[in-house]
Amino acid sequence: MEALTALIIGTLVAAAVYLMLARNFMRFLFGLILLSNAANLTIFASGRMTPGAPALVPYGEDAPIGVVGNALPQALVLTAIVIGFGLLAFTLALAFEAYRRLRTMDSDKMRYAEPKEDRKG
Amino acid sequence: MSWLLVMPIAIPFATAVVAFLVRMSPTGRWVSLGGSILSLVASVALLVAVLEHGVIAAQMSNWEAPFGITLVADYLGVVMVVITAITGLATAIYALGEIPERVEKLGYHALFQTLIAGVTGAFLTGDVFNLYVWFEVMLISSFGLLILGGSREQLDAGIKYVALNLVSTLVFLSGIGLLYGMTGTLNMADLRGAIAEVENQGLVTVVAMMFMVGFGVKAAVFPLFFWLPASYHTPSFAVSAVFAGLLTKVGVYAMMRMFTLVFVGDIGFTHEILIWVSALTMLTGVLGAAAQTDFRKILSFHIISQIGYMTLGLALYTPLALMGGVFYLVHHIIVKANLFLVSGVANKLAGHTDLNRIGGLYKSSPFLAALFIVPAFSLAGFPPLSGFWAKYLIVKASIELDAWLIAFVALFVGLLTIFSMTKIWGMAFWKPHPDGYDPTPDRVPDSVRIPMMIPIVGLAAMTIVIGFFPEPFVQFAEVAAMQLLDPAQYVEAVLGAQAEVQADLQADAPAGLQPDATTEEEQP
Repeated sequence: MEALTALIIGTLVAAAVYLMLARNFMRFLFGLILLSNAANLTIFASGRMTPGAPALVPYGEDAPIGVVGNALPQALVLTAIVIGFGLLAFTLALAFEAYRRLRTMDSDKMRYAEPKEDRKG
Repeated sequence: MSWLLVMPIAIPFATAVVAFLVRMSPTGRWVSLGGSILSLVASVALLVAVLEHGVIAAQMSNWEAPFGITLVADYLGVVMVVITAITGLATAIYALGEIPERVEKLGYHALFQTLIAGVTGAFLTGDVFNLYVWFEVMLISSFGLLILGGSREQLDAGIKYVALNLVSTLVFLSGIGLLYGMTGTLNMADLRGAIAEVENQGLVTVVAMMFMVGFGVKAAVFPLFFWLPASYHTPSFAVSAVFAGLLTKVGVYAMMRMFTLVFVGDIGFTHEILIWVSALTMLTGVLGAAAQTDFRKILSFHIISQIGYMTLGLALYTPLALMGGVFYLVHHIIVKANLFLVSGVANKLAGHTDLNRIGGLYKSSPFLAALFIVPAFSLAGFPPLSGFWAKYLIVKASIELDAWLIAFVALFVGLLTIFSMTKIWGMAFWKPHPDGYDPTPDRVPDSVRIPMMIPIVGLAAMTIVIGFFPEPFVQFAEVAAMQLLDPAQYVEAVLGAQAEVQADLQADAPAGLQPDATTEEEQP
């Protein structure tokens, strides 16, 4: 199970890097989404892949009975997913607005804030 | 005691909520100003408490240390909180004059206060994952502030800033995941002990490098700084001042914290890399600045070069060097924010930030010229201004280690900084205005100019005070450096001495409070 998760994370990162090397900002953004998922999976895997029961406390007890899975990484992943979702939603809106105003998604042509390549700014 | 640690974070958040609710009316700016004053009061109260008790820590919701979220204030943390509040207040006053109503209605003040809350949270947290959360709070509000107004330059800058910062965050997040996988804890004080017990120390170094890259992008060090000069000259001046003062410094602070408290297993490797990164950061930053002719672009590149000095203080890893690094951090925030504020006034008076298109400011506004001289020459390291002492400590620390090349680079970069500052001085202040008019102060109404000048005067006064009376500040930095190099007090404040933990558990009291202050802290 660990090996499989590691492979999935590796594939996600590889795909993300490939997409992020593209000039098109949308591709970069898709790469970012994949990378974000890879990071989330890393945290998830760091809690160890155990076939334990869910960390639930039965009614009337103070602690869960028997071997249970580690709940903390799942809480962390949940936080990271929510934050990542918010940031990516913002970035998507930004990309849309940028496309509307700058009329391009090609990051080489986005040179409004920086000097142009061919002439000195 | 715990409310002392929570207030500097809670006040800006509360202010943000109120400011958002009243964003449609001019009340918003006064709410923001009031909140900033309250934050400063709360931070100073925390500073007093830390000076009295040493490191103080508070467990949120009374979850004991390694499991819950801990807020910790040691000397370094608390001085950063105070300086954040000062910068926040200065910028809030400045915004009274600079920020147009249109931008206020978009929620400027709410975003600004959230940014301050995020920065303060990052300085106070004692938990790695919580640090990530504060980074994100800070990032999302900085994204908003950066593109508020929505000009083409801002959108273009926003794309680059957002993209690169998100990548760094993901590297940092993956590092946290791996760190947790190895040690099973996220509490920084607990990590210090736990990380030494990890079998595979090679993997620890790999994770340390992931943290260094993640923080390095935030701090804008050598190969990772490209987002900074692409974006910092585009937002409003108040925003770029607070970005310049605080955001990169959070990266430096996080690096200082993690690489003195947690990742100290392989100093020969990690800190050696950091030394050369710092040297290259100083050089590329200052050379980049030399090629620019825009007021804010020059200043942006100088942020990068100055970051090099701070990371150098960490990289050399001697008490003197760290002391210099801490001193530099504080001095730089004041000076750099002030320079950006001056550039805003220059823009209002002379009509542009491109140095080729402005001039004559010395003749028409000698007061502004004098106020520019103070931070500019402090940045370059002229005695007796604050920058001189900061540079002196760093250079002395490198010479003591026989790192002559590094000392040379530090001094050479100081020389080139003077070049850039005199360039601004010559082009913006001395030469006549190319359009042939006098940029006199009465070109700008008093209601705009006075709020913009107050923070500049205040920050310049602080620079001079630090410069002429460096003794208490240097002593403070010395204690801060001692605490960083020997974090026993920090660890004890967070986890409690082992005996204390036992006693506390039996007494059913919250563990982990500062032992010598426990009696006073029981009833907040």
